[in-house]
Amino acid sequence: MSKNNPSLLLKNGRLIDAGQNLDGKFDIFIVDGKVNEVATGLDVVADQVIDLGGLWVLPGAIDLHVHLREPGYEYKETILSGAQAAVAGGFTSIACMANTNPVNDNAAVTRFILEQARTAPAKVLPIAAISQGMQGEALVEMGDLVEAGAVAFSDDGKTVPNSKLLRHALEYASLFKKPLLCHCQDNALFADGVIHEGVISASHGLAGIPSLAEEIDIARTIMLAEYLRVPVHICHLSSRGGVELVRAAKARGVRVTAEATPHHLFLDERAVADLEYREPLDETAKPSMLCYNTNTKMSPPLRSAEDVAALRQALSEGLIDVIATDHAPHEATEKAVEYDLAPFGVVGLETALALALRLVEEGDLTPLQMVARMSLRPAAILGLNSCGSLAPDMAADLMIVDPEREWVVDPQKFHSKARNTPFAGWRLKGRVVKTFVDGRVVFSI
Amino acid sequence: MGFRRKDLLGTRDLSAVEIRTLLESAESFKEIAERPLKKVPALRGKTVVNLFFEPSTRTRTSFEIAAKRLSADAVNMSASTSSVVKGESLVDTVDNLQAMAPDIIVVRHKFVGAAHLIAGRIGASVVNAGDGANEHPTQALLDLLTISEHKKLEPGLIVAIIGDIAHSRVARSNIWALTTLGVTVRVCAPPTMLPRGLEEIAGVKVCSRPEEALEGADVAMMLRIQLERQDRLLFPSVRDYARIFGLNRQRLEIAHPDAIVMHPGPMNRGVEITSEVADGKRAVILNQVSNGVALRMAVLFLLGGQGS
Repeated sequence: MSKNNPSLLLKNGRLIDAGQNLDGKFDIFIVDGKVNEVATGLDVVADQVIDLGGLWVLPGAIDLHVHLREPGYEYKETILSGAQAAVAGGFTSIACMANTNPVNDNAAVTRFILEQARTAPAKVLPIAAISQGMQGEALVEMGDLVEAGAVAFSDDGKTVPNSKLLRHALEYASLFKKPLLCHCQDNALFADGVIHEGVISASHGLAGIPSLAEEIDIARTIMLAEYLRVPVHICHLSSRGGVELVRAAKARGVRVTAEATPHHLFLDERAVADLEYREPLDETAKPSMLCYNTNTKMSPPLRSAEDVAALRQALSEGLIDVIATDHAPHEATEKAVEYDLAPFGVVGLETALALALRLVEEGDLTPLQMVARMSLRPAAILGLNSCGSLAPDMAADLMIVDPEREWVVDPQKFHSKARNTPFAGWRLKGRVVKTFVDGRVVFSI
Repeated sequence: MGFRRKDLLGTRDLSAVEIRTLLESAESFKEIAERPLKKVPALRGKTVVNLFFEPSTRTRTSFEIAAKRLSADAVNMSASTSSVVKGESLVDTVDNLQAMAPDIIVVRHKFVGAAHLIAGRIGASVVNAGDGANEHPTQALLDLLTISEHKKLEPGLIVAIIGDIAHSRVARSNIWALTTLGVTVRVCAPPTMLPRGLEEIAGVKVCSRPEEALEGADVAMMLRIQLERQDRLLFPSVRDYARIFGLNRQRLEIAHPDAIVMHPGPMNRGVEITSEVADGKRAVILNQVSNGVALRMAVLFLLGGQGS
């Protein structure tokens, strides 16, 4: 279909592309859904010319950690609604976790996901389970799954407690050059915890999840990858200790990469219960919604302010390679319950870019670093060679951003079916105004 | 007026003035228990619903008696008889209750924040009668009322709280209320039942041994060990616990000679407290129960009497 696309010239935008190490005023010429040429003052004849008047042009963001809930939990989110949320947030490719029902542990489910994704506005990249049924007992048929289109393997929140199975999964996946995305968690230490074991768990009596539960498993996972000399990706780092483990491993030359989520970069444990903790909020937010707000419940949990500072530092240094959302949609009634009973997880696709821009504004990232963390590095980790940058011949997956546009997060306006964001009422700056996939407009404000 | 709130959800955010107002009000309600006709018309026409999602005899009865002595109509609703067993959500249960226009809802729930969830949703006043391991404000206030009968609640007073601190809402509510009044609080628990960092978080002194906590203490507050949900990973055996942490006559001698002994009940005799101490002349455990009614009358009166 891209063959019939009219050619397109994007003029007078500020292109920020880590893949080409470009940040400046460039024109971009797009033919047949691909970038044809990038230069200043391009003088070409195009079917369509858009004058961007200084707006930013970024490679489409790539989220290597989302939950799309289809098949099985379509009431929470569908592949279509999740992809619509993605492009509204500037994401042009999203990798979806395997914890659907049935689990994506065989080629038939992978093919189903890709079939559903054909009409979705974003590129959907299925992540297959590591173990059959995510039961942690037997390996999935990795070869078959890769052939069907799986881009990575993960048992995500279920974890892989059996070290022998994890070892063999790492070995076998390396045959296909596909990464394992590891949600690190010692289930016995995690136990029945619901929030970070820290100030709020101590004072409010909610069961705590120690950072240790995550760090012990990060250590195990890194040791396996080091011993086997294979790459491994650590999902959603949340603690200073986890950062230090990744730092030491990278220094030793272990092929480990890591991600952090916007919520772990902006919120700490106080958001769970402290009414005073609402400085960044718009005045329209209701205080009663903030106490024991179940939209602060996710795994790993929001940790201490010190941990947040360590994550930001690590993101800035590049120890954390990627910003991923862990977009985890839940229906409103599932979250409107006692804190202990609420499911873990928050949505993130439609707020991630504006929050990343805030990291730029606060000096934690340069614009180029932000683009590296959201596009270039995730593409490299997933082995995608046609996206993540806007160099010639790459797919014209991109977003146009108005960096000055202010907006207030209103969950009712989300494209996602779900509303479970901890950022409701936040006043953010910077908004996606247009998103292109393969040169076609898939979102426009 | 020192207490103007819609709800009483905890002691954590109560001011010293609010606490003293509640205690003074309770003081004036004590006398009603001694009258031949134990009833005043203060809450006539008001409806108080006791919504208990966790089994409780004494707290629920105490609230019921308190409501009836104020001439309110008291209705009991427990989880086993409600639609909760049919799978109804808390929010739906509360919306249904709201439709029946109660004035005060007293709620006990096994999960933290349940009372707050209800209070944020409903126009009626909500009294937290225990939410998970978080708060049990009326228990703490009745404990303070009991202490004030024997000691001055002021800086210099030493209260030792001994038992499963981590899982205790009684401990938390007492810690917040006592420290707000400037009282010195020492806590002592097996290390497995002590929240990390409690000393800095709560402004209390953490003692590893009961002897250390009791030395010169004016109040020994023993907590119930929850045998019914005994986690074998938390402590090795009841026998071991009783030997190291139980309050017996010898240990009590370490405390101030006039020290009083408290327990929120129900007691495990021979575990956290010996019968000799529990029934001894230093124990004020039954005074706590009597004061519970007066204190709860004060709470219901101050919450329910405002609109009229």
